[in-house]
Amino acid sequence: MNSREAILAAVKKNQPALSPLPDISMFKVVEADIASRYTEVFTGIGGQVIAVSELEHIKPLLSEHFDISKRTVTTLPELSDVAELINTEVDPHSFDDVELAIIRARLAVAENGAVWLTESVMGQRIIPYICQHLAVVVTEDSLVSTMHDAYGKIASEDYGFGGFIGGPSKTADIEQALVLGAHGPLSMTIFLIKQ
Amino acid sequence: MKVALFIPCYINQLYPAAAIATLELLQKLAVEVTYPAKQTCCGQPMANSGFEHMTQSCNNLFIENFSGFDYIVAPSASCVLHIKDHLHSHADEAAATAIRGRIYELVEFLTDVLKIESLDAYFPHKVGIHQSCHGLRGLHLAQMSELVAPDFSKPQHLLNMVQGIEMISLDRKDECCGFGGLFCIAEESVSVKMGKDRITDHTKNGAEYITSPDLSCLMHMEGILQRNKSNVKIIHIAEILNSNMPAL
Amino acid sequence: MKSTADHATLAEQFNRDEERVDWHDGALWWIRQKRDRSANQTPQWEELREAASAIKSNVISNLHDYLVQFEDNLKKNGVKVYWAADAEEHNQIVYSILKAKEITQMVKSKSMLTEECGLNEYLHERGIDVINSDLGEYIQQIDNEPPSHIVLPCIHKRKEEIGELFHEHLGTEKGLSDPTLLTRVARKHLRNVFLTRRAALTGVNFAVAETGEYVVCTNEGNADMGAHLSEVQIASMGLEKLIPERKHLGVFLRLLARSAIGQPITIYSSHFKKPRPGQEMHLILVDKGRSSLMARPDFRDSLKCIKCGGCMNTCPVYRKSGGLSYHNTISGPIGAILAPNLDMQQHADLPFASTLCGSCSNVCPVKIPIHDQLYKWRQVIVKEGYVANRKTFSMKAMSLTFSSPEMYQTAGKTGRWILNHAPFAVNHKLNPWYRQRDMPGSPKQSFGEWYKKNINSKDKH
Repeated sequence: MNSREAILAAVKKNQPALSPLPDISMFKVVEADIASRYTEVFTGIGGQVIAVSELEHIKPLLSEHFDISKRTVTTLPELSDVAELINTEVDPHSFDDVELAIIRARLAVAENGAVWLTESVMGQRIIPYICQHLAVVVTEDSLVSTMHDAYGKIASEDYGFGGFIGGPSKTADIEQALVLGAHGPLSMTIFLIKQ
Repeated sequence: MKVALFIPCYINQLYPAAAIATLELLQKLAVEVTYPAKQTCCGQPMANSGFEHMTQSCNNLFIENFSGFDYIVAPSASCVLHIKDHLHSHADEAAATAIRGRIYELVEFLTDVLKIESLDAYFPHKVGIHQSCHGLRGLHLAQMSELVAPDFSKPQHLLNMVQGIEMISLDRKDECCGFGGLFCIAEESVSVKMGKDRITDHTKNGAEYITSPDLSCLMHMEGILQRNKSNVKIIHIAEILNSNMPAL
Repeated sequence: MKSTADHATLAEQFNRDEERVDWHDGALWWIRQKRDRSANQTPQWEELREAASAIKSNVISNLHDYLVQFEDNLKKNGVKVYWAADAEEHNQIVYSILKAKEITQMVKSKSMLTEECGLNEYLHERGIDVINSDLGEYIQQIDNEPPSHIVLPCIHKRKEEIGELFHEHLGTEKGLSDPTLLTRVARKHLRNVFLTRRAALTGVNFAVAETGEYVVCTNEGNADMGAHLSEVQIASMGLEKLIPERKHLGVFLRLLARSAIGQPITIYSSHFKKPRPGQEMHLILVDKGRSSLMARPDFRDSLKCIKCGGCMNTCPVYRKSGGLSYHNTISGPIGAILAPNLDMQQHADLPFASTLCGSCSNVCPVKIPIHDQLYKWRQVIVKEGYVANRKTFSMKAMSLTFSSPEMYQTAGKTGRWILNHAPFAVNHKLNPWYRQRDMPGSPKQSFGEWYKKNINSKDKH
């Protein structure tokens, strides 16, 4: 018997009588002002939220907040005049020198500040992790209260890779001192588009 | 109401004053109390060391001594919890089950069964409560700091009825003292360090007395206090609740 | 590698530096407090714990079918699946994957499973170099020490000690100990590692049977940096990491980081499903004692663990003895209930390294009754003979005395029998109670004697 069969046989033999799955539909949080809640939580984590009324308005803000003389990349065609459109075919190692990446979130979660990204909005999987600074465009109507609502929206969507990102990369491994910028971005900015 | 008094072995031999206070307090509250003379121990020292299988004769004796009462009351949360969780009998499981349902630690007996709302007691001192883990997390005598739930404290509720008392609050309100039965011997250094840190929490917040529904924790802390020549004293909660009003 | 000293001995050594114990205790208590605040701010917290526990009960009860379903979906997604019965087989599989691609260097993100398997040492002996990329694990690796905490691997180290290690291994200026500056140095050094490694291995936090995806949670972003730059991505997971459906991730991701460090979610929760074009993905399902643990009804719930480390942060014994005192990859209360299943002789001391205070069970996000299991392991360990005969003899004497009122009363009279027994001086030449504690006073009469004189005599008259 190979290990697969041996393991499956042992598991089958030793598992107890079937225990039912619980109902998890009762986990609901209703936010009176979801945008404020999101902003408060994300700022608390060490991120920055900048509210704008339309996408076009973030262009002048980029030079104010970032060094755009360095390599700036995006997956948003609307920003192609201020940033390089990400080539989905090239070697991911070639993004090592990216200073700023601007991408769009599928949704964002008020209870923890996290944005949901799939590889289709990342351009390449490595982008939101390898850049020095990450900026994410979030529209107000894509905000959800909790992770339950987030998975409700993601549902059975197919993707090769997806991830929640909830702030700048961080570590507290040295004496519990919080340091932003462990291996991933040093900062994370949300451009929250409120109509 | 027929109540049997269970005085755990170490209280019987080392802290008779707490046992006397328990008896007197119950009598003041008009409870008919009997002390079965042949009682010994709940069996916890063996069981917590992994020797639960050796406790059967101890259990049988316990059942023999304490069957037939409406309630069994003891001034020791730890021993009560042990009986509640582990008293069984091959010979007479029905009797064991009856006892498990009828045994109460003193504080919970006063708050839950007698439901007392006032006491004639006077204790003009600064007092800190040590929540014994077995009383807290086992018998649920107070809310546990780890859980998200409304706050309450049965020992606090009773001590609030005592005149002249000043309760101090702690930085860590329900941390373990490190006694842990044979842990205090087997893991001596960690046990003592835990005890020292609990004591420091009480002393730096101004306690003159440390009280608890569990004398085993207090015995451990007393050993450390006395070794360090501290003026802070330990006192079982029954002794505070039974303390007399000053004569006029 | 395995230490022969027991927890009590190692804890005693840790306690020789009291200032360090206070610092260690304070750092972990601070995290416990952050966890409390976070739990209190989360609506329906206790219901969430209950739901998580129930989902895991379902997983354990239906694991066979979930494993088969997961495997099917992995294959559909283009992931190569392996099954390993034990550490040796796991390590062989990793080695064979790397060897086939002639890879001699690998970067690894945090994985307690591969620590338990001794993967780094195994590969090192075969000429493959592995670098741990989680900062705390990297620090432990260059110091040639195992992690002392599953979430905070070097929580026992002072920044000056880390500065010294960086000076030795990374050439930083002597005396540099500022956490931000040290982290920047590691960032630069490890970025070069990520960019040059063709293979990356990660652990798995959750694996979804329904979709065949697995989720890896980090704060640093190291798992993603390794995985997305690699041409060979390997994931090692224990069988118990499965959950039924994607929507159940909502429950666990809400609990994990809050329980671990009081953060609402880990910065990165990465859902790996299919390889990138040109990349290979491999996943190894590891048993290593899981299926045998399932055969122990009293202990199988320990498989619910999501490795948040909350029980360590709250455990006063852990805080005051340090993770390395547990001489096991997984330390603290959860380590003490998992380890005896793997090697009872080696870990017979661990279930006794607890006061059974119960705080661990209350913080556990999946409601494992940890302290009840510690109690039950003690019974098993004694019955299976892993406790010294001396102790058995003394317990028999105690049991006999307590079984007989006459013996008990006589013993009490002759010098407070109990002072010579539980718990003060059980078969120890030098009484450990007395080393740092005074003995309780010895009253003139016991309560029983007082009662006989004062109450019984009154009744008679």
